[in-house]
Amino acid sequence: MLRASLRQVSAALKEGQVTPTELCQRCLSLIKSTKLLNAYITVAEETALKQAEESEKRYRRGQPLGILDGIPIAVKDNFNTAGIETTCASNMLKGYIPPYNATVVQKLQDQGAVLLGKTNLDEFAMGSGSTDGVFGPVRNPWSYSRQYKEKSVPKSDSEREEFKWVITGGSSGGSAAAVSSFTCFAALGSDTGGSTRNPAAHCGVVGLKPTYGLISRHGLIPLVNSMDVPGILTRCVDDAAVVLGSLAGHDPKDSTTIQDVFQPFELPSLPDVSKLCIGIPKEYNAPGLSSEILSVWSKAADLFKNAGAKVIEVSLPHTRYSIVCYHVLCTAEVASNMARFDGLEYGHRSDVNKSTESMYAATRREGFNDVVRGRILSGNYFLLKQNYENYFVKAQKVRRLIANDFVKVFGSGVDILLTPTTLKDAVPYMEFIKEDNRTRSTQDDILTQAANMAGLPAINVPTALSERGLPVGLQFIGRSFQEKQLLTVAKWFEKQVKFPMIQLEEVKGA
Amino acid sequence: DGLGPGSGGGRRGPQGGPLAPWVPVVGLEIHAQISSNSKLFSGSQVQFAAPPNSLVSFFDASLPGTLPVLNRRCVEAAVMTGLALNCSINKKSLFDRKHYFYADLPAGYQITQQRVPIAVNGSLSYSLCIDNKMSQMVTKTVRIKQIQLEQDSGKSLHDDSRSQTLVDLNRAGVGLMEVVMEPDMCCGEEAAAAVRELQLILQTLGSSQAIMAEGQLRVDANVSVHHPGEPYGVRTEVKNINSIRFLAKAIDYEIQRQIEELENGGTILNETRAFDSKLGCTVPMRDKEGMQDYRFMPEPNLPPLILYDTKSLPANVNHQQVVNIDWIHERLPDLPSAKRAKLVELYGILPEHSFTLVNEDGLTEFFENVLKQTQMKPKKVIGWILNDLLSYLKQHSCTVKESPVSSVLLADLLNLLEKKEISASAAKQVFEELWKGEGKTPLEIVKEKQLQLIEDREELEQICQAVIDEHEKEVIMVVLESSGTVLSSKVNAFCCTA
Repeated sequence: MLRASLRQVSAALKEGQVTPTELCQRCLSLIKSTKLLNAYITVAEETALKQAEESEKRYRRGQPLGILDGIPIAVKDNFNTAGIETTCASNMLKGYIPPYNATVVQKLQDQGAVLLGKTNLDEFAMGSGSTDGVFGPVRNPWSYSRQYKEKSVPKSDSEREEFKWVITGGSSGGSAAAVSSFTCFAALGSDTGGSTRNPAAHCGVVGLKPTYGLISRHGLIPLVNSMDVPGILTRCVDDAAVVLGSLAGHDPKDSTTIQDVFQPFELPSLPDVSKLCIGIPKEYNAPGLSSEILSVWSKAADLFKNAGAKVIEVSLPHTRYSIVCYHVLCTAEVASNMARFDGLEYGHRSDVNKSTESMYAATRREGFNDVVRGRILSGNYFLLKQNYENYFVKAQKVRRLIANDFVKVFGSGVDILLTPTTLKDAVPYMEFIKEDNRTRSTQDDILTQAANMAGLPAINVPTALSERGLPVGLQFIGRSFQEKQLLTVAKWFEKQVKFPMIQLEEVKGA
Repeated sequence: DGLGPGSGGGRRGPQGGPLAPWVPVVGLEIHAQISSNSKLFSGSQVQFAAPPNSLVSFFDASLPGTLPVLNRRCVEAAVMTGLALNCSINKKSLFDRKHYFYADLPAGYQITQQRVPIAVNGSLSYSLCIDNKMSQMVTKTVRIKQIQLEQDSGKSLHDDSRSQTLVDLNRAGVGLMEVVMEPDMCCGEEAAAAVRELQLILQTLGSSQAIMAEGQLRVDANVSVHHPGEPYGVRTEVKNINSIRFLAKAIDYEIQRQIEELENGGTILNETRAFDSKLGCTVPMRDKEGMQDYRFMPEPNLPPLILYDTKSLPANVNHQQVVNIDWIHERLPDLPSAKRAKLVELYGILPEHSFTLVNEDGLTEFFENVLKQTQMKPKKVIGWILNDLLSYLKQHSCTVKESPVSSVLLADLLNLLEKKEISASAAKQVFEELWKGEGKTPLEIVKEKQLQLIEDREELEQICQAVIDEHEKEVIMVVLESSGTVLSSKVNAFCCTA
């Protein structure tokens, strides 16, 4: 039952084949038995069961709120949840209990979804591994899959299983792992430079980054306000469309959401791609791209060709500047957004109280990890009066160029872009941590970052297993607010590749 | 010491030769709290003197994940003010973040308009008396550089005895209009007159109540001095000025201080100084942070503010969603300058009089109410209003609203005078009685004190005769004096003591 899709289990609830309470209890139990994955920071058992009970009452009356009623979901711990601790995996917010729900959380709740808990992430969503939070790293469920175990050859006797587990990618690793390990049917992540699509690719799940301005950011603790979007993680494309339908639309509390009324849609059951033009951006054959993934990408292009679609090579010439550009803009916004964490109104406050300033300094040193502090320092540097023109303004101009690359390509008849999502499959944790956060982010964000620069919708679709038995995904990038077309293509592709279900074995240490 | 404020006069230097004259330069940064129900970017209420931290929304407290939503009324207030000050209204303006750490700034930054403010390039005309007698008024103009929308900060109270700071965020996020006046003024008096006029305009528009005592209008002065023909001198910023009177004092003191400092071979530091109203001088402020770099950055959560006029207004648009500059312009009330001109035209009073009328809260209304109830000509009534009523009010620190003499009572009194039932001097006595506020009408007082003018010849003769009879000695004095006889001093003394 837990392996079913969201739509399937929703139908089962409606038909009474399972009750919301049963479903909730099973998920909670699975969360317990997969605790080693460290996907959840907070498990809201009591409230979840209460919500399940309420849902059950509605089903008995024959009045469910909708397709999401009674569906267990998880939410990344950088979304505010009223009455439930929200930490951003940081000491700064340990023990912080928000008094309000993020709009997306409220919307899910209003539809009757059951909130199982808050998922793990890199501290304040800064990272591409979900390894740099104060609650420890998240383990990719595929580390405990038969597919991975069969393929992994122990290099030496001393190499214990413990050291072979692989990362989820990040920063929404907890959410991706939660969906991948069947503990929930959908999860919310966030995506600023690829933080939903990257872990989706590594964990073999669907990861959707919607168009900027489509879904409200009110209540999402920001990383980069001008690039952040709430992300959706599910086990299939149809499920993503369902969740999207319940979340999208103007929010008066978020002035960056568009005013247009959103029309929820259902995807065609037999999508047709023959009339489409698929673009293959050559710059996405980036340095470091594994030959494996290159091959998967190429095969995918052939699939479209054979289905009658037009497949052409295109160029997004400014792609290679996007990482540097992102670095400047991201750190500048981080420096600004983190200024509110001073220990006065909420969150951690240091005991040092010689003066207000010394209290601020100590609070921020104690509350933030190195990654966050590093970005604040960089960002403040770029925002200094003497540097502003050369860095911030320049980066904004480069951002415009990157966005224009896409405008040109989409304006020339291309409907959808097809690219890899990651450079290679998930690396073992021990290898990942050999490089620092910034180096890793620089490497890992290259294929996903530009879509955030341009505000475009993008989706990771699990495609195949690597030689090591780990998931490899491909990314589709669409036109602004054309999620329907994007998801239609993604659904077609998903049907073609028939990505295998994870054969999850017992999640335990050596 | 010889030199008065704003005086271009030099004085003799040590060698006896004249020192070059000084030109003082004064600019102003004025923060006016917008009169609105809720704050600039959040729905919490705006209210003076509420219990601490009772008007704080999640956004005001900077809770993570909260976002600003622009208050339409605040935008309208800024547009009104811009139009009244002859500014160009920018159809597209932007919001920025200005960063610094302080206990009363929860987010660690203020949302303001640094790059492109809502209004620019305006002007304000104000009038001054040449001398102190209100007999000659001269009109001056100060350029308005810009008006920008920004957030107010909270309040922090330092409790040094307990080594703690108490923070009240009620004011955090209230909408402000910052009005920047170019350094076109030269002394405290000019600055005070300009600020007073701005205050009247804001109050007339209703965009701000502009009460300085309640912190709704805060003025910082930028002061420097230089010799004519030379570049502007280093300027200081003077803060902590709580009234218009202190504004003039503070500026004049600072000008003096700078001149003395420079003439003694010193230099002026580009610093912030606070006005100490008790000592009547400016003192350097606690050096808070040294030279600040505010690291301005565009506010990413607020799209550019787009305003329309009738021409550019898109069709089929929700009237509630847009601000139309022309619509606001059409509905602007009469500004003080227009009110004054009307008063002069309608009633034939002097321009100086109209200034005083408009300047004093409620006085115009009082004046007009009296006019409605009396035959006396406005030119005569105005004298009573400005000389008698106003001076009593000032003496007793009363506002017009608190006046014990109502317009009805004054009108009654003036009618008696007009009908020649009492003399002018009698009327003054009656007015003094009325001021006591004992509830008597002018007629009652006149009867009580027997102040009626008598026209009956016989009656008058009787009275005169009675006086003469009672004052024989004085009569003799008068008769002798008028006949030119010089009295001996003894007779003089005798007559005087009688």
